[in-house]
Amino acid sequence: MTELVRDSLDHCVKCTICETFCPYSQVTPLFPGPKYVGPQAERYRGSGASADASVDYCSGCGICTQVCPQGVKIAEINSQARAQLWEERGIPLRNQLIARPSVLGRLGTPIAPLANWALRNRPLRALADRLLGIHRDAPLPRFAGRTFQRWARGRPSSAAERSVVYFHACGTNYYEPGLGEMVVRVLEHNGFQVVVPPQDCCGLPLQSNGNFKAARAYVRRLVANLAPYARDGLPIVANSTSCGLMLKREAREILGVEDEDLRAVSEATYDLCEFLLLLHERGELRTDFQPLPLTVPYHAPCQQRGHGIGKPALDLLALIQDLQVIDLDVDCCGIAGTYGLKKEKYEISMAVGERLFTALRESGNDLAACDSETCRWQIEHGAGVHAVHPVELLHRAYGLGAAAGG
Amino acid sequence: MTYDTVVIGAGVAGLTAALRLAEAGERVLVVANGVGSTHLAPATIDVLGFGPGRVESPAQALPAFTEANPDHPYARLSPDLVAASVEWLRARLPAIGYQGGLDENFLLPTAIGAVKPSALVPETMVAGDLRAGGRLVFVGLGLKDFYPAYLADNLAQAPLDGRVVSARSLEASPPVAGEADRSSVGFARLFEEPSFRDALVRELAGKLERDERVGFPAVLGLRRAGEVWRELEAGLGRPVFEVATLPPSLSGIRLYEAMSAALREAGGRIHVGEPVVGADTRAGRVEAVITQPTARATTYRARSFVLATGGFASGGLQVDSHGRMSEAVFDLPLAGPASLDGPRFLPDYFDEHPLNRVGVAVDDGLRPIGRDDRPVYENLHASGATLAGALPWREASGNGLSLATGYAAAAAILERAS
Repeated sequence: MTELVRDSLDHCVKCTICETFCPYSQVTPLFPGPKYVGPQAERYRGSGASADASVDYCSGCGICTQVCPQGVKIAEINSQARAQLWEERGIPLRNQLIARPSVLGRLGTPIAPLANWALRNRPLRALADRLLGIHRDAPLPRFAGRTFQRWARGRPSSAAERSVVYFHACGTNYYEPGLGEMVVRVLEHNGFQVVVPPQDCCGLPLQSNGNFKAARAYVRRLVANLAPYARDGLPIVANSTSCGLMLKREAREILGVEDEDLRAVSEATYDLCEFLLLLHERGELRTDFQPLPLTVPYHAPCQQRGHGIGKPALDLLALIQDLQVIDLDVDCCGIAGTYGLKKEKYEISMAVGERLFTALRESGNDLAACDSETCRWQIEHGAGVHAVHPVELLHRAYGLGAAAGG
Repeated sequence: MTYDTVVIGAGVAGLTAALRLAEAGERVLVVANGVGSTHLAPATIDVLGFGPGRVESPAQALPAFTEANPDHPYARLSPDLVAASVEWLRARLPAIGYQGGLDENFLLPTAIGAVKPSALVPETMVAGDLRAGGRLVFVGLGLKDFYPAYLADNLAQAPLDGRVVSARSLEASPPVAGEADRSSVGFARLFEEPSFRDALVRELAGKLERDERVGFPAVLGLRRAGEVWRELEAGLGRPVFEVATLPPSLSGIRLYEAMSAALREAGGRIHVGEPVVGADTRAGRVEAVITQPTARATTYRARSFVLATGGFASGGLQVDSHGRMSEAVFDLPLAGPASLDGPRFLPDYFDEHPLNRVGVAVDDGLRPIGRDDRPVYENLHASGATLAGALPWREASGNGLSLATGYAAAAAILERAS
């Protein structure tokens, strides 16, 4: 356990506020709650073997840490305890596999039609369920068959007075390149040259699957790539709330990575909506929006709350005339990255998401907004509504054209 | 980012100030270290329960109380304003269904069978009022920290000024699967399931006597508590009431949910999990507060600021190992002893410790003042448990103080703005 996390442990007064908020312990007795498996069980872990395996049912959504009035890093304690557990027991093949999105992306992209067919083929999914433990109904994204990186290399952003670095992460690269294109156009529309450096996975899925060693290697490689830009004073924007949080906070607080590159990148990294709203605050965001006569329910992902920026999308979207945004304020969609893909956790994940799904269905709209890619896929799966990143609405209101496919 | 007012703290005081300001059209941000007192304390609004004798009417008792306690936060507020804050909350949160007011205190049984005076009471607790006398039965559910036999025995010995209350207890074993140690939140969720309620009603049907009012631990639902309570009353055919439990407190959680939802609807913003680590002050004004949620600091500018960070338990006030005390965000001057020279521990739990009355002293606009009685910052207001001079646990005044001072801080800000 890192010192940062260990030091916060003694501040726990056992008030159980975290337990009243945990969306997971509320739906399953398999997870006894953040206080129980965290500050409480930590006393029994010490340097010896893990007392029990229930910490594996923590999704790492981080809500416990946010609500704790005493500053205890509960989710961070639990992430580190989970890594210790899997170090002792050996990480299962499935967890190794689903935690490497860039490897899967490189394999799946060239054979996208075949891969997408296989991922939606019932008998094959039943087989993967039985052999690998990936739940047969879990929402798996569709390979786009092309990458955002290739698009960006073929269409370099033209020189402008100011520049921004775009950390698009794996989801945009392999599954939603069209979203990346919209991010670039929105930033260019606001007078930025958008720099897209080559980039690999940030290591977040490996971290949440307990493979800290591999996660550290990934994030170190990524920040080494991004640090020169940060040192040149360029802001780095990320549309993936969880991967952005990895750079801002989790690499240091959970993985215990302490290096100069990471520090420089952490200080320069912004969530996309956070960045755009700060531009607006300085009077530098273009507001030539066309009216959008739509009602859109909005879900703020848990990992975005970890940024400590509130819900910047609400203030941004409020700039668009005729656009009604409903803040759903439901804790968690249940997917938590790769958590809800797992056979033993799928039902829990769907039960956690039920409040959100119900709120979405009851709102009667067929479009929703959410900043995180895995949450959007879960929302589409659970509620049957199309979910977009808030930037897609900005893109539309700017009149920058219809969204590209994929 | 720039707001009209930034409120620091998300307890009853902070949420009240924020909601009042947002209702008046201000751009408001609440920024808080974490969730606070609401999740630990019941949602009853105790304005003045003991002063020092038991108070029957807060409205009548307050003038004499503030005269006898000139350094008490209530002494900074006009009686009309205290009354207005109570009336406002009662009307503002229909989901809680508050009953009562300042004219008469309810007398509610606590989980250990003590008697607690309270001015404003959620509808789900009203039938527990002991002033009416009568026959009460308390039902245990196997919830830890709620022992109905102990409650009923103690209540039989409680001083009730000659009123006759008969109390007995009953243990129910509703169908609780899987979990050996279900928390109050877990029970609240079960109560929202009709099948659970039906099973409980069936089990209790033959065991209740005529004219009995039925008390449960305050776990009758979280988001649909009003509906759960009404359906239990209908099912059992008798008045049903909740008894506040040990933390976590479901009634307090409902209060937090209702207030924060109202604030969001009024356009306010809440950032929880973002402690304020510094402030930008110059020329007698607070210009901004600073948080550091990640590697980069965030600056929130505003015209006015409300400090509602709580007392020692919440970290709004701090004491170090040398006995030095400080206010955590602005390092404001504190009223009360400057350091702890005497004994750290007192033999009796309810002895008056020198720490008890330490806090921030304020002027009539609830602005923190220094030794010269002048405001430290012209645009900073303080409310709730951060204030000096109150003994909320002894006076039974906790939520009432937070409500009234949060309300007054907002009023002072709006008055200056107009």
